[in-house]
Amino acid sequence: MSDIVQRRGMFGASTTGDTSGYGRLVVPQPARESTPRPYGEYFDEIADELDRSGFSDAVERVVVHRGEITFHVKRERLLELARTLRDEPALRFELLSGVSGVHYPAETGSELHAVYHLLSITHNRRIRLEVGVPDADPHVDSLVPVYPTADWHERETWDFFGIVFDGHPALTRIEMPDDWVGHPQRKDYPLGGIPVEYRGAEIPPPDERRSYS
Amino acid sequence: MTTTYDAYKAGATDDGAAEGRVFNLAGSDWDEVVEGAKDGDTDERLVVNMGPQHPSTHGVLRLILTLDGETVEKVQVGIGYLHTGIEKNMEFRTWTQGTTFCTRMDYLAPIFNETAYCLAVEKLLGVTDRIPERANVIRVLMMELNRISSHLVAIATFGLELGATTVMLNGFIEREYTLDLFEEITGLRMNMAYVRPGGVAQDLGPAAIAKLRDYLKRMPERFKQMRKLLDANPIYLARTKDIAYLDLTGCMALGITGPVLRSTGLPWDLRKSQPYCGYETYDFQVHTQESCDVYGRYLVRMAEMEESLKIVEQCVERLTKGSAKDGPVMIEDKKIGWPAQLAIGTDGMGNSPAHIGHIMGESMEALIHHFKLVTEGFRVPAGQAYAAIESPRGELAAHVVSDGGTRPFRVHFRDPSFTNLQATAAMCEGSFVADVIAAVASIDPVMGGVDR
Repeated sequence: MSDIVQRRGMFGASTTGDTSGYGRLVVPQPARESTPRPYGEYFDEIADELDRSGFSDAVERVVVHRGEITFHVKRERLLELARTLRDEPALRFELLSGVSGVHYPAETGSELHAVYHLLSITHNRRIRLEVGVPDADPHVDSLVPVYPTADWHERETWDFFGIVFDGHPALTRIEMPDDWVGHPQRKDYPLGGIPVEYRGAEIPPPDERRSYS
Repeated sequence: MTTTYDAYKAGATDDGAAEGRVFNLAGSDWDEVVEGAKDGDTDERLVVNMGPQHPSTHGVLRLILTLDGETVEKVQVGIGYLHTGIEKNMEFRTWTQGTTFCTRMDYLAPIFNETAYCLAVEKLLGVTDRIPERANVIRVLMMELNRISSHLVAIATFGLELGATTVMLNGFIEREYTLDLFEEITGLRMNMAYVRPGGVAQDLGPAAIAKLRDYLKRMPERFKQMRKLLDANPIYLARTKDIAYLDLTGCMALGITGPVLRSTGLPWDLRKSQPYCGYETYDFQVHTQESCDVYGRYLVRMAEMEESLKIVEQCVERLTKGSAKDGPVMIEDKKIGWPAQLAIGTDGMGNSPAHIGHIMGESMEALIHHFKLVTEGFRVPAGQAYAAIESPRGELAAHVVSDGGTRPFRVHFRDPSFTNLQATAAMCEGSFVADVIAAVASIDPVMGGVDR
């Protein structure tokens, strides 16, 4: 989501039709591109430590938003970075909370994102790593060698988004049946559903209903 | 001996010839297998397909056990039988409607699902500090009641799976009382969609406090009885002590949280370490055990229920006397807060008569506002947020992504059952087949949360 959407009004009306008065409100959208230093809280310490360990070129950009830090990482360095994050005493992110996939069809060249949430119990800190890969070449190194807990999470992300985790011991579908075609959580995959009749009116399936977004 | 072709057996081929012999069993008809195993080669392994329809797999969990006699050589876990596409469905509803979906994931802990989701949405909206205190106290109250009801089911089903029906009946009776409270407060016993972005759906009804007080009087005695029944029961101890060992290193590698982690001696509880909803202002302890086994996990759960009761007591105190005595239960921001004060009528939960009177008879603007906010919903600024809470099973977190619209762009739940279930193989391999039941039960997985 690199392009920042300027949304006007609480209910999205920008021209006519809105008699509630909310159309004149402009909701400011924070810049999400990249956050300059200092990041605040403990985030600078982590960034310094990563620079010291030679990862300054591995991090493409850093976003601090709503009290959370996101390191956008080059996929070639992900595995190495995860190992350092786990083992370095000053970092010590022992626990991988999981992998979450996000599909941004508009972000050409990095449509599929794998989002990792790391937790350090030693220092009581959280960070987020994000790796963007193109739809045409959806390969990311598996984190199973560093965090065995990534096993099922990566299988789920493969199942739902089609991101291939290289080096995973058995990357098979986990939620969908083995012979399922397609990756259901992607934005180009329809929700499905049929119209239903309710009190004489026909209600279309959810993905065909009027959207205000 | 049955030699019917089984297409689902490992190694089954298209031409109908399965690798090895196949026994189809229904009920406790084991004679065939015993006979078959007798005249078999001693190197042969028995592959048992346990589940997905099995009473002691907590729903639709499938375990594929490779057995050498009584010893489990290998455990493979098959999930996905209860996948309902909740995360995908939420992308097609408003932010508020999302609670109705996510409450159905982990069906034993609906309030936790809702709260994790709402905390993430509120974080993204930047309104975390503006949630009214009364709403936060009610959230904590509901979460702790839910923790008790969830742990009760965990212990009850665990007893049943080990063959103790008394434990099961006791657990479910006490759970009923907890669900009665939910019904009194929210109108529903399960899947309440009670916690909403900005606060909670409605204030406590007039009878709620009295019922809570009765509950607080009743429960300590009941917990004592449960402890009397189980804590030193020799059969129970034989089935749980030193069973399904998993130490701290194993927990860290496998991402295990919750009672299983606390049974290794690490006092990690998000309510203490990363407080939310004002947990830092409550007085309670985090209980641990050092034994790393099934019995330790049971003791942790028991102690947690007693601590939860303490928190509920403090909540009742605040809701009747303290700073949360009165006040709104929804954020006072007209652009986010649900405009209607809901009330429980004779036919269930609905808009309060006063609100209907206001929008239908007094103010056209209020009607327009109500209509827009209910049909279209509010917009959430673009970005992503991660909110983690301590559910009865461990770290339950919602990763919420918004593109600035009225619907979530992506919601992902880090469900503790899903992650903890990965420990099954580590806990079971090398143990007896009967201990697999105890191991799975001590993880307390809820398949609705695992598969979502």
